[in-house]
Amino acid sequence: MSTMLNVTGLSHRYGSGENAHVAVNDLTFVVETGELACIVGPSGCGKSTLLRCISGLIEPTGGEVTLHGDRVTGVPEDLAVVFQDYSRSLFPWLTVRQNVEFPLRWKRNLSRAERRERAEEALSWVNLPGVGGKYPWQLSGGMQQRVSIARALARRPALLLMDEPFASVDAQTRFELEDLLRSVQVAHGSTILLVTHDIDESVYLGDRVLVLSKSPARIVADLPVDLPPERDQITTRESKNFVSLRGEVARLLHGGGDAPEQAPTGEPADTTEPSTLA
Amino acid sequence: MSTVLGFLRRWSLFLGLVVLWELATRLANDPFFPPPTTILQKIGELWFSGPVSRLFLTDDVYVDILPSLGRVLGGWSIAVVLGVGLGTALGRSRTGMDYVGPLFAFMRAIPPPTLIPVFLVLLSIGTTMKLTTIVFGSVWPILLNTVDGVRSVNATQRDTARSFRTPQRYWITLVVLPAALPKIFAGLRLSLSIALILMVVSEMVGVTDGIGFELIFSQQRFDFPAMWSWIVLLGALGYGLNALLLAVERRMLGWQQTSGATTAKTSGA
Repeated sequence: MSTMLNVTGLSHRYGSGENAHVAVNDLTFVVETGELACIVGPSGCGKSTLLRCISGLIEPTGGEVTLHGDRVTGVPEDLAVVFQDYSRSLFPWLTVRQNVEFPLRWKRNLSRAERRERAEEALSWVNLPGVGGKYPWQLSGGMQQRVSIARALARRPALLLMDEPFASVDAQTRFELEDLLRSVQVAHGSTILLVTHDIDESVYLGDRVLVLSKSPARIVADLPVDLPPERDQITTRESKNFVSLRGEVARLLHGGGDAPEQAPTGEPADTTEPSTLA
Repeated sequence: MSTVLGFLRRWSLFLGLVVLWELATRLANDPFFPPPTTILQKIGELWFSGPVSRLFLTDDVYVDILPSLGRVLGGWSIAVVLGVGLGTALGRSRTGMDYVGPLFAFMRAIPPPTLIPVFLVLLSIGTTMKLTTIVFGSVWPILLNTVDGVRSVNATQRDTARSFRTPQRYWITLVVLPAALPKIFAGLRLSLSIALILMVVSEMVGVTDGIGFELIFSQQRFDFPAMWSWIVLLGALGYGLNALLLAVERRMLGWQQTSGATTAKTSGA
């Protein structure tokens, strides 16, 4: 496997002098090509700042991000971001198809017909064929987030960044979207970096889970997820591996990094403070 | 059936008042207030008694009404281009409005008709003077609403566009202007009625054609049915232009979420 994303010593500080706030502190990790990596951290730990640094939306005050070997300065060409707030991220004056076509408008060597074809194709990847003519607000929340995933995929990004993509939908829809994301990722071999505050989600979705500490964010652990690629909302979540992993992640999150890197596996989390999962 | 009812609901008060006016004016028999039927007759005489070859329209239509309409639409169009263009630039600039804000507040506070004497001296009597008056008076609502509208683009929309490396051209035409459009249209409606007022006022000063001139001229020769006819015409023009603009607005803002949106929502996720 080749390395898609390489983050080295990444730090970001807002403001300067006494009022300076360090949001991210000296983060180092890599994401391999074709991998779905989840970053999990407590609310307000600087996850969004981290994602904005990687996507080039803001320039980090320290460290370096490289995407397939190229140093990131400004937003890279072959990157797409899916935001949590789909209703604000989709443009309400464009139809679903126009929204998905939006990032293809200025792609060279792409005719109108090809653009349309690509948009329809991306919509079918997220199981939304035939809604292209509707406006986003005519769709349910889950469908809207699928549209914004389709819009990101239509661009065929080398790296897909997702910022708490399922935090604004109901539990049932969230399960459906998680399964959809995994099947799309497996089908297209996409490289995805997903940020979440939900421990179960990070373990269920990820090939790897990176655990962040409280603000300023540091990496506390980098855990491979030892689950089969085909996952199921019921059986996977019942499996021993899943339960022990989520316990381990929870312990790491609440211990704030004091817990050992290699926590004992195979037992439920009962040694740490009562669970108030973020 | 429902369209008939809707028509009645919207127009019955209007028609009732016209009938009342007819009765009152006939009873009063005052030369200053001719009955609506007399005005209607005068309207027919004034504008619709022309030859067949000219669609029954009289010279008045070609000499007065069309030039006036041209001035309103011409002046207003210039105001739209100026207002939207300048408003977009200022709305996107972080500090632009800080510099020009007080200047604009001062200039828009000047009642535009009072500038007619100034424009008369500067530009002499003619189309340029009238257009300048119309543009100066009607540009402010468009300009200020555009600035406001352009600033209504939210942070997530901005981040989304940036994350796709949206080029300037697409950013403006596909995001900024559509986001600003509801506000811009509110400005357009306001400025259209101002343009109509300024057209009439500017034509009342030292010119020899146009609706404003004919209005004053018929009053000066005590032709009150004619004077009222021109007033009715102005009402009709204002109504028609506004209706036209509303139709365009409904078409262009069709994407806006309406109260019927919940029923249009499709099921399933």
